[in-house]
Amino acid sequence: MELAVILKSLRRNKIGAVVIAVQIAVTLAILCNALFIIQQRLAASHRPSGVDEANIFRIKNQWVGDPKDLPARLRTDLDALRGLGGVVDAYATNSVPLSNGGDGEGLGRDPDRVEQTQLTAMYYGDEHALSTLGVKLIAGRNFQSDELVERDSYNQHLPPSAVIITRALAEKLFPHESPIGKPVYISFDKHAVPVVGVIDLLQVPWSSASGWGSRFFYNSILVPYRWSVPYSNYVLRTKPGQLAAVMKTAPKALIDLNRNRVIVSVEPLSVSRVESYKDDHGLAVILGTVCVALLLVTGFGIVGLTSYWVAQRRRQIGIRRALGASRQAIVRYFQMENLLIAASGTALGIALAIAANLWMVSSFEMQRLNPLYAFVGALAVLGLGQLAVLWPALRAASIPPALATRGV
Amino acid sequence: MFAYYLKLALRSLKRNVVLTVLMIAAIGVGIGASMTTVTIFRAMDADPVPEKSGQLFAPQIDNWGPTNKKVVTGDEEHLQDQITYTDAINLMNAHAAVRQSAMYVTALPLTPPNRDLLPFQAPARATYTDFFPMFQVPFLYGGPWSASDDTDRAYVAVITRDLNDRVFGGANSVGRTLNLDNHEYRVVGVLDRWQPLPKFYDLSTSKYGDAEQLYIPFSRAIEGHMESWESSNCAGDAGEPGWDGFVHSECVWMQFWVELPTPADVARYRAFLNNYAADQQRAGRFNWLPRTRLRDVKGWLVHWHAVSDEVRILVLVAFSFLFVCLLNAMGLMLAKIMNRAGDIGVRRALGANRGTIFGQCLMEAGVVGLAGGLVGLALTALGLAGVRLIVSPATARLTHLSPTDIAIALSLAVCATTLAGLYPTWRAAHVQPAWQLKAQ
Repeated sequence: MELAVILKSLRRNKIGAVVIAVQIAVTLAILCNALFIIQQRLAASHRPSGVDEANIFRIKNQWVGDPKDLPARLRTDLDALRGLGGVVDAYATNSVPLSNGGDGEGLGRDPDRVEQTQLTAMYYGDEHALSTLGVKLIAGRNFQSDELVERDSYNQHLPPSAVIITRALAEKLFPHESPIGKPVYISFDKHAVPVVGVIDLLQVPWSSASGWGSRFFYNSILVPYRWSVPYSNYVLRTKPGQLAAVMKTAPKALIDLNRNRVIVSVEPLSVSRVESYKDDHGLAVILGTVCVALLLVTGFGIVGLTSYWVAQRRRQIGIRRALGASRQAIVRYFQMENLLIAASGTALGIALAIAANLWMVSSFEMQRLNPLYAFVGALAVLGLGQLAVLWPALRAASIPPALATRGV
Repeated sequence: MFAYYLKLALRSLKRNVVLTVLMIAAIGVGIGASMTTVTIFRAMDADPVPEKSGQLFAPQIDNWGPTNKKVVTGDEEHLQDQITYTDAINLMNAHAAVRQSAMYVTALPLTPPNRDLLPFQAPARATYTDFFPMFQVPFLYGGPWSASDDTDRAYVAVITRDLNDRVFGGANSVGRTLNLDNHEYRVVGVLDRWQPLPKFYDLSTSKYGDAEQLYIPFSRAIEGHMESWESSNCAGDAGEPGWDGFVHSECVWMQFWVELPTPADVARYRAFLNNYAADQQRAGRFNWLPRTRLRDVKGWLVHWHAVSDEVRILVLVAFSFLFVCLLNAMGLMLAKIMNRAGDIGVRRALGANRGTIFGQCLMEAGVVGLAGGLVGLALTALGLAGVRLIVSPATARLTHLSPTDIAIALSLAVCATTLAGLYPTWRAAHVQPAWQLKAQ
């Protein structure tokens, strides 16, 4: 009975109802897509790197004057760093996770079928790499010192004598067998390299949420190269709680050994993580702010329009009260009315949300909307409508029945 | 009439302060959100060399072929974004454009003249003398090095104003020497402030990041075996070991720009480029159909996605939000006008025609729009300040309001609100005076 009355009165107020419904629809479409993007960016920024981030920092070092005794200098530096108080282990490398720069190579099982290679990140390191990074060896063994090769620049493609791969890569390349001892081929090289170990988890250096690296995020390999170049990264892992102290002593120790160098930067991995995902976090915060503002605007819009309807229908409400309608019945009337409008807005909104998402999937690097977000968003806007209508509805309920008997 | 309508509008707005404030707030928030994103979008989409963007071109040459390209980049279609040393040198020697320059970024340790200070790292661009006039780089002191410095692999450098301030205390340092990686370079020029955004000529690392701090001749950098500090992409045979092997490999690691002032020059250069690629194929370097491309600055920025997907999404979200805000204001305006149907009826009865009522109500919408625009501008400034706090320094560079942005904000607010006010206004103009008067 009441429903018919509501529909009849809505018909007289078409435009107002349509305005609210469309507002709710667009609000919902934005809300669930925004929440979905926020969730994806935050989830991406929390992907584990596989290394002991809290206790690792990196020193970027550049030698002055293109010295010819780089291997010796590297050894002296590393000996000094490993001997420092509070240091668990140290090694020199081209790149570490979250550094957003490194060596990308193809890795495959057949050198003649390059199209079947997996894109990987190649990390150089010696036998101290695993213990410095704190990654877990789950099969095979670490590098041995006789496997190490001096590698002096990007340009010399010396085949490594062994390779350690991640579990993710092992599962892709060797789905049903143990990779230990099996040959693999790096990029366009025809030399077979035996897999000697498998580590649990190690992410590639390119970390931004929508970036290139996300396509092969855990396809990392370690190769036994001594990275003897005029510029390199020293990676140090400290005992828990000693990171800040060692970050001061280590650069000083290096300068004391030899002043003829540039300590380009000293950065803990935790800071690298924050910097890597800064724009992703920024996007999440901006979208979150827009969502809150959007809900407020839509909410206040409903309050405003419903208040106007109440004011317009003061006499009718008074008459209904005089004819015996209770206060609750009046409140319920406005709640039902809003629910009807909001429900039609929600239906339209879900369609809009899906359309917007499909468009973004085709235009940007974006995944399909999880239906859960549409559901949560729908509940949110329906709840918002009920909340916004409450105050005008209560005002309506407080209209005295006596109003019916008075003139305007 | 205008003043009278304005007075009426203000009076009407004062009569229902709550609704007026709600409308202005809705418009303000909508404008604030959309202008915050539009400002960033416009900065990303800006033309970094407005006077010459149509005359500067980046050539691309398909030196990898379809198979290798697919393996390395997962994409058969697009040509490599950088070029090889071999092609760079060949294109330089051909002199087929008015100006041309190959370039890449490296980093050199700089030992300050005061030996008590520690050496530091200075990002450096290896390039040719044409770089400076081609990109209209402003000089504070001195000028570019000479063409003979390029051929002589001279130890000369052009430094930025910041580096000059740091090393020489801001004095005119032309003629003084700079110790770079234990070699003495003669300073020939000091740049004035120059920061093209986006950094169109080299988008491979940070599109809005810092420009390099010094410039040295390309030939000097190659002679000194200075590696690229950015991406070197290799496909196929890695070449012989060692620097010479790398330099002559098919690895792409440099940018290349040419200046072609007229459409005829462009057509000629396109033909030259195709012939060059065909010659290389004939010489046995490629065994596929050579593809080349020549893009101007605009095309290059689009190709590199200078405007990030994130910002596109934000602009979309912000404009949908503005739409909601306008609908909101429209609903409230409708309520407000219909509340005053009696008023309007009286005015109509006293002789105001529909056009008059329409104009009066539209003025009210315009005033709300302008007020909303001003609130929106304040919120935009606040929003941009907030964005600066939470994004990377490179992105933060894009968060500055220009006078054009302000004009866009205000006109967008007034136009959009007036547009939203059209329907309520139309309804107002169609109030039946007789009916209203009777109901009273």
